Amino acid sequence: MRTSPPNSWAARIGTFSFRVYCALVLLFLAAPVVIVVPLAFSSADFLRFPPPSYSLRWFNNFFSRRDWMEAAANSFKIGFLTAGLATVLGTAAAYGLVRGRSKRKEALYAFFISPMIVPNIVFALALYYLFSRLRMVGNMWSLVLGHTVLALPPVIIVLSASLQSVDYALEQAAMIHGARRLRAFVEVTLPLILPGMVTAALFAFLVSFDDLLIALFLSGSRAVTLPKRMWDGVRLEIDPTVAAVALLVMLLPTVILVMTALLRKRAVGRGGEKATP
Amino acid sequence: MTVKGELAAHPTNREGHRERARPRRKRWSLETLILVPILAYLAVFYVYPLARILLLSVYGPRLTFDHFLRMVTVPVYTQVLMRSFRIALLVTVLSLVLGYPVAYLLSNLKPRQVALLMPVILVPFTISVLVRSYAWMAILGRQGLVNTLLGWLGLTQQPLEILYNEFGVLLGMVHILLPFFILPAYSVMIRIDRDLLKAAYIMGATPARGFLEVFLPLSLPGIIGGGLLVFIQALGFFVTPALLGGPQDTMISMLIELQISQLLNWGFAAALSSVLLIATLGGFMLLTRIVRVSILWGEAR
Repeated sequence: MRTSPPNSWAARIGTFSFRVYCALVLLFLAAPVVIVVPLAFSSADFLRFPPPSYSLRWFNNFFSRRDWMEAAANSFKIGFLTAGLATVLGTAAAYGLVRGRSKRKEALYAFFISPMIVPNIVFALALYYLFSRLRMVGNMWSLVLGHTVLALPPVIIVLSASLQSVDYALEQAAMIHGARRLRAFVEVTLPLILPGMVTAALFAFLVSFDDLLIALFLSGSRAVTLPKRMWDGVRLEIDPTVAAVALLVMLLPTVILVMTALLRKRAVGRGGEKATP
Repeated sequence: MTVKGELAAHPTNREGHRERARPRRKRWSLETLILVPILAYLAVFYVYPLARILLLSVYGPRLTFDHFLRMVTVPVYTQVLMRSFRIALLVTVLSLVLGYPVAYLLSNLKPRQVALLMPVILVPFTISVLVRSYAWMAILGRQGLVNTLLGWLGLTQQPLEILYNEFGVLLGMVHILLPFFILPAYSVMIRIDRDLLKAAYIMGATPARGFLEVFLPLSLPGIIGGGLLVFIQALGFFVTPALLGGPQDTMISMLIELQISQLLNWGFAAALSSVLLIATLGGFMLLTRIVRVSILWGEAR
């Protein structure tokens, strides 16, 4: 450690074993991510590691079977709709939170992010009760409405950070020069928080794309999503197609993370937005 | 005139400029009005359904506390509740033991080194819980990585039973919740003034004493914040215990699902949900008292 002065043998051994311990913990975190790759190319009929030999049969199975393709299409549709709805609602909320001066700001913020904390099973059950009375189980929109609640917290977190870094004086300057509130926002602030909005939308998409519990209750037989189909695959058949899908599903967030990192870099380069978490 | 009154109340407040730039009188400011859509949305699709479940737990056709009584009188259900709290507690302790050193290491590294190690923590974080639990099935199974490896090395005669029991559940849950401990702990540690440690060393403290008496107490908000965050999430876990545990490892969330999918017992499912919801929200309120909420997702630097 930089801050610890003594350099005896004991201290060195201590530092060394401390680092080995940390490396093992990080290895533990990375292991499952690494394991999925060879598993997806397995030729075995059931889950075993290492695979006896390699093939593309499970990818082939995924792309040729109708139930899997339909599930993927549903997931993408629901994800896009959720991203749109959550970003619009979340931008308004973040604007109100950051620019407003309500004394209840902290409490409101805690309320807006509380869906992250409420156990998914409880929220899914509550939605199931609501939508079964409205005869909306198996309707894609019931999933969109539910996923939007879960997607709002990350959207609000990202957009609050991004709005905070935009100087309000710019908007005020536009208004002093005669622009109305809306025009000042749309022409001055909006372009500056656009990278933040794209990041937020991507996060919202991921939340929807990952959700299992709401889908478990609300999918019915007509709106089966990819996680729901994977769940059935793991529980009922231990079907190795799941591993192939898992690899594809895993690549998506990685691609999205890289995309957001690139977006942020560009934004920083233009001086529009400070680095947001 | 409200505008004048407000200006007088905040003479140096820069909000005052805004009022001047928009000299129309309004009872509700735009900043408040703009919150109306989201509040309405959450009221209909979030607060109302949850409130309905809370009501359902005590009010079937008429007021009843039978469902809650059942939870404490029927041994099977009491066991599930106790097990959920015990597993959540174990997962929290394990996350602390595994996560604290990593957070400490990260807080001592140069930014470039941190940028190199962070993806190891963040990437698994973004991969769906379902996929990661499935990967653990491949690692822990009878023909999985661990057992194949031990077999090759000749260390075991027959496969170890490490899947479909509590060990598997704990491992899978710690794997998923560990980043929720590391990130808040790291973001608290990075704010600790290292000159305080140097001062302790100059005064003759050993590294161990400097750590125990200066660093550890200052990192306490991170430990408590991260720990609570892990605990309240562990309490309601579903996918991991369902996939990596055996029938003897049922947790509250699985019992809720069972009540609906197999038995259609809405009242009891609602009562179980209420217990889970109240315990979780209670923990969250406590959490917001102890640390600033924004610290929890590593709002670092």
